[in-house]
Amino acid sequence: MRTRLVTVLLAVIAAFMVIPGAAAADAQGGENLNGQIRQPTTVEGLEITVYEGTEGDEVIGEATTDSEGRWEVELPGPGDYRVVLDEESVPDEYVVPEKPGSELEVEVRPDQQRTVVFRLQTPEEAAEESASPSAEDDAEGGAGAGDDGAAGDEGAEEVPGVDAGASFGDKFVQLAVSGVIFGLIIAISSVGLSLIFGTTKMINFAHGDMVTFGAFMAMMFSTMTVFSSLHDSVADVPVLGFLLNPLVVGLVLAVVLGGGLGMFLERFLWRPLRKRHVALIQMFIVTIGVSLILRHVLLVLFGARREKYEQFRIQEPLELGPLSITPRDLSILLLSVVVLVLVASMLQFTRIGKAMRAVADNRDLAESSGIDVDRVTLYVWGLGGALSALGGVFYGLNQTVHWQMGFHLLLLMFAGVILGGLGTAYGAMVGGLVVGLVAMLSTLWFSPQLMNVWALGIMILVLLVRPQGILGRRERVG
Amino acid sequence: MDFWNIISTSLTTAIGPIAAIYVLAAIGLNMHFGYTGLLNFGQVGFMLVGAYGVGVGVGTFGLSLWAALLLSVACATVLALLLGIPTLRLRADYLAISTIAVAEALRLLYRAEFARPLTGGVYGRQSLAAGFIAANPIPSGRYGVAGVEFSANQLWTMLVAWALVAVALLLTWALMHSPWGRVIKGIREDEDAVRSLGKDVFVYKMQSLVLGGVLGGVAGALLAIHQQNITPDQFMPQVTFYLWAMLLLGGAARTFGAVLGPMVLWFLLTAFDETLRSLLTIGALPFLDGGDIGALRHAFVGLALVLLIVYRPQGLIGNRKEMLVNVK
Repeated sequence: MRTRLVTVLLAVIAAFMVIPGAAAADAQGGENLNGQIRQPTTVEGLEITVYEGTEGDEVIGEATTDSEGRWEVELPGPGDYRVVLDEESVPDEYVVPEKPGSELEVEVRPDQQRTVVFRLQTPEEAAEESASPSAEDDAEGGAGAGDDGAAGDEGAEEVPGVDAGASFGDKFVQLAVSGVIFGLIIAISSVGLSLIFGTTKMINFAHGDMVTFGAFMAMMFSTMTVFSSLHDSVADVPVLGFLLNPLVVGLVLAVVLGGGLGMFLERFLWRPLRKRHVALIQMFIVTIGVSLILRHVLLVLFGARREKYEQFRIQEPLELGPLSITPRDLSILLLSVVVLVLVASMLQFTRIGKAMRAVADNRDLAESSGIDVDRVTLYVWGLGGALSALGGVFYGLNQTVHWQMGFHLLLLMFAGVILGGLGTAYGAMVGGLVVGLVAMLSTLWFSPQLMNVWALGIMILVLLVRPQGILGRRERVG
Repeated sequence: MDFWNIISTSLTTAIGPIAAIYVLAAIGLNMHFGYTGLLNFGQVGFMLVGAYGVGVGVGTFGLSLWAALLLSVACATVLALLLGIPTLRLRADYLAISTIAVAEALRLLYRAEFARPLTGGVYGRQSLAAGFIAANPIPSGRYGVAGVEFSANQLWTMLVAWALVAVALLLTWALMHSPWGRVIKGIREDEDAVRSLGKDVFVYKMQSLVLGGVLGGVAGALLAIHQQNITPDQFMPQVTFYLWAMLLLGGAARTFGAVLGPMVLWFLLTAFDETLRSLLTIGALPFLDGGDIGALRHAFVGLALVLLIVYRPQGLIGNRKEMLVNVK
């Protein structure tokens, strides 16, 4: 039964890969500025003017938004431009918020199709926004142990902008795809969590912060000038140019460092603690301590701002039938699937993979049949750390890099792992996918602020009816 | 650097109203973890519903403070039942994951836009303590010696909070020396043995979860009264981890462990903060800025947790044997 489920899962994953990945949309030549005004709904008839330079008055071009709120201005060449939204043309029911305002300065690189985003608000929203800073001040200094500056929209993931006028089916497809991407990210990050639980019976509360660690490491390396100058020297060579893209280099280094962090923790913290026969509950508390240290050291080092990887910040979406997806998200989707298939094959067919599953299944039995349990555990931590770092980079690409991103993902990872069955790697993959889908699809009917709540609700429901999870073996867990 | 100033500020925090509130919540956590062996990583959730019992009761419905307090207790009880029914029959780690998840989900629910008419959304509820301040019998002014000073209102909150702490301590002590307490401690040591004696382990665990949760709820309600306003974002999961660090520092499964831990930790934390701050003002730490102090303090709590577990799992006054039992 279980093998069959795994086979089906592998088949489904393989099917995803057959979906033809459309070629990346670039090399159309020429620079332009474009955008779509769709917040809160698409607005037609807004007048937008582009000036040359940050100060000059020379008009490069004018555009008016069409029925879908889109506009586009061709540019003579790369350089600095100023884009102004004519506030006179804004309908009465909207106002232009103070930030980012109606005037934006942009720098356009050669052959860039730069997207410029203007926001509109209803007057009530604008009033709220100006009221919010004072409310946040009140939150400080209260319990003392409170948060240091949580972002306003925290807890809610970025939901892909779907036109309000789009049909239910279109929205469904769009959200299902972002749900699959989100689910794959959760799955990648939580395979390690589940395997670590299986091999050591320990819930690693620091796993979320290993995700954050990966994202920040990639951020650090991708902004290093060494790598960007290296990239510039080979930017024109097709394959090498992509492989040496600072973010790709950063991703590889982050994954290596993530694996190193996992192995370091196992070798110098968890193994000595196990040798001292520290009880499991106490180990949980140590993982919480480690997570607090890791998270706040990262906060001190990198700051509390939300950031995006600058290499892939804004991209023109590809249209595939009813679906529009950016090349960035498409590559996250494909790469995650490849990684999950590789991990699954590793677990299924290689010696060390079989040993990992054996130790996760029954540590004592594995040890008595001659498996070096300590070595396998070390590799499990390495694998878990590397995968969580990879998940972190993907999550940062898909959303934003933020010091609390890992903790938010951790709760969803818990939900996924419990849903799939604690201790099984395949369970974590299935559970992660389900949780991601549920979270994203719930925004069809409910507020995006509550998407994580729905995912956690599913977890509670599963605990009530099938505590061993979807793929878990039935056993007495009470 | 003014050492005396640092010490007096730290002492003020260590006996102040916030410390008393944390003591109350830690007593609840002690009931869960210290005596019953329940892994509650969501004590802040109980504080949240307790605080919002007052917040919604007084701020939204305009009830009297007494009625609002009853609402707090009721909310905490319901939360404990909701948490306990699915998870208490399962292994301890399931309760751990569910509590941390439910506490965070509750915070998201309370701050969500649709709950705004009831809870005030991200802005929370304000001016909740008018009735409490009106009942203050202490004439206004500042009281205290040598830098350790409180205003009349703070003193009034402290009196009430420490009185509640005394009641809670007495209750815990009496319960733990009753037959009920012996069953509870038996569950911590060996659940199956207790079951084989014909006790319904689930019911006992549930009672302990409700009792500790209600103490957490009352602590939350006091927090709302003390601050006079509440927002959901002060109930971050870190609060729970602080409580754990405090309980373990004091010594779990000891009546006074839950009192000593928060006081000592608040003293240390404030001293840590103030020392860093004064080092910053004289420019001794050029690589830090003021905003980092809060983050470093959280990291310090994390380090304290790790070191405590590794080197002194029984805390300051705990019994090493009791803490080394592997709770199932």
